[in-house]
Formats: sequence, structure tokens, C-alpha cells
Amino acid sequence: MIESIIYVFLAISITFNLLGSFSLHRFPDVYTRLHGATKCTTFGTIFAVLAVVVHAIWQIRETGDPKYLQMALHSVVALIALMLTNPTGAHAIAKAAHLSGYKPAKAVIDAYERKLRGERA
Amino acid sequence: MSFIVAFIWSFALWLVLTAGTNGMLWSLEELIAGIIFATIVGFSTRNIIGEKTQRFLNPIKWLGFIVYAVGPLFWGMAKANLDVAYRVVTGKIKPGIVRVPVDLENEAQYTILSNSITLTPGTLTVDACPEEKALYVHWIYVKEEEPKTSEPVAGSFEKWARRLGK
Repeated sequence: MIESIIYVFLAISITFNLLGSFSLHRFPDVYTRLHGATKCTTFGTIFAVLAVVVHAIWQIRETGDPKYLQMALHSVVALIALMLTNPTGAHAIAKAAHLSGYKPAKAVIDAYERKLRGERA
Repeated sequence: MSFIVAFIWSFALWLVLTAGTNGMLWSLEELIAGIIFATIVGFSTRNIIGEKTQRFLNPIKWLGFIVYAVGPLFWGMAKANLDVAYRVVTGKIKPGIVRVPVDLENEAQYTILSNSITLTPGTLTVDACPEEKALYVHWIYVKEEEPKTSEPVAGSFEKWARRLGK
């Protein structure tokens, strides 16, 4: 029963990570690729960590070995660090790409470009 | 004051990382090492953290963050992830960078809101401009070219950011 829950979490995690890598091939430019590559992987990682935590709690109840407590806590800390750094990094890459002149492909509107040219206050 | 805040939080992180060294609890060596390292961190970051540090110790605020993370933020991520998954598979995209006017007061609120927007797939904050009270957001499927509020982009995140960043 608990094993099947873990497998479901892992399946969701792998599906989203796969979609994230797939988006690198599907999408046309750096901005749209960032969507897939950084965020599908974050969501995938949440479920990978959930699987680890469920496994660890299950093992603590079975064996009482403190190393599983460490395993669960460390993966949760890793998840929090990832959720804080991932959007920051994505923002930095996007801003750097725009400032160095990569225009969004197929864009219907580019308000940031207008702002940089000073057309809006 | 900022020394105490940094000390408490780095010591708490140390306790989380070293739990289970003595049964399910902590061994004495780890506690002593934690106090030493937390003192070093607190002393070296006391000028970086800045003013209004008491809010980092407010338990109601931390409860608010936890509720926000598992409630609206996670729900928004789940919905938006399915949306982006659909766009990856079908290739239906209509990207663009839109200007989103927001009504926030301080930098912490801008950080929370723009990080939440970036974490939910489909929207990516390219730049935050507090001086003109606006965010520039890359949107993978533009529904409104010139939104008047942050509601079509970020849902209820702006209200949460305003409350949590005070």
C-alpha cells in the first residue's frame, strides 16, 4: 500500500521532469524554454521529495532507525533551497537574456522592450 | 537585534540538519558546534540583514508562510503545471512580455510576489520596477495584452504577498 503511494509520487515526478526536458525541444526561444526547464522540474522535484519523505516515515515506523529521519529532513531542506533559488535564477537568466538583446520569439507584445526604449514613463 | 535573529535561524537550520545524531535527538557535540557556527554566521551577517528584523521571529507570519506555501501556491503550481504540460505536448503558445501594475509597498512584498509568479509555470518575472509599481512578466499564453491588475497573471498572490511582506 505505502509502496504504491511512493511509486505514484515517483511516476508524477518523472512525468513532469520528462515534460520539462521535452519542452527544451518544443519551444522556440530562451524564455519559453525557461518555463519548461526550470518549473516543470521544480514541480517534479516536489513529488520526488514527497516520495522520499513517505518512504522515510514508513521506515521510521518499521525500524526506528534515526538515519531515515535525517534523510527526510535533509531532502525537505534541499526542496526549500530549490524553491527559493529556482525562481531567482530563472529571473536572472531571463533579464540577462533580454538585456543582451535576445527578443522573445513569436511574441504578441513586448512591454519590457518599450520600457527600455523609454516609450512609457 | 539582527545578530539575535540570524543566530536563532542559523541555529534552527543546524538543528534540522543534525537531528538524529543521538537517537532521534541531538548529541552534545553537535549542539556545541551548532552554537559556534551560528555565532559566526550571526556576527558576520549582522549588517546585511537590515532593519525591521523582528518580523522574522513573528510566529504568526511563519504560520502564514506555511499556509500560503501548501495552500494557494501549491494549488497554483499544480494548475499551471498541467497547463504548461498541455502546451508542451500540443505546442500551442502565444508568448509575450506584459506589464503588470501592482500595488505593493516594500521590497519584501515585491520579492514574494515575483518569486511566486515565477514559480507558477506559464509566467516568468523578467524585471520588477518598484519605482513605477509594475512587474514585467513573460507569459507563455497571453490572455490580456495590457492587464489592469495582477489578477489575470497571479490570481490571489498579490493579496498574500501584501499581507506576508509587511
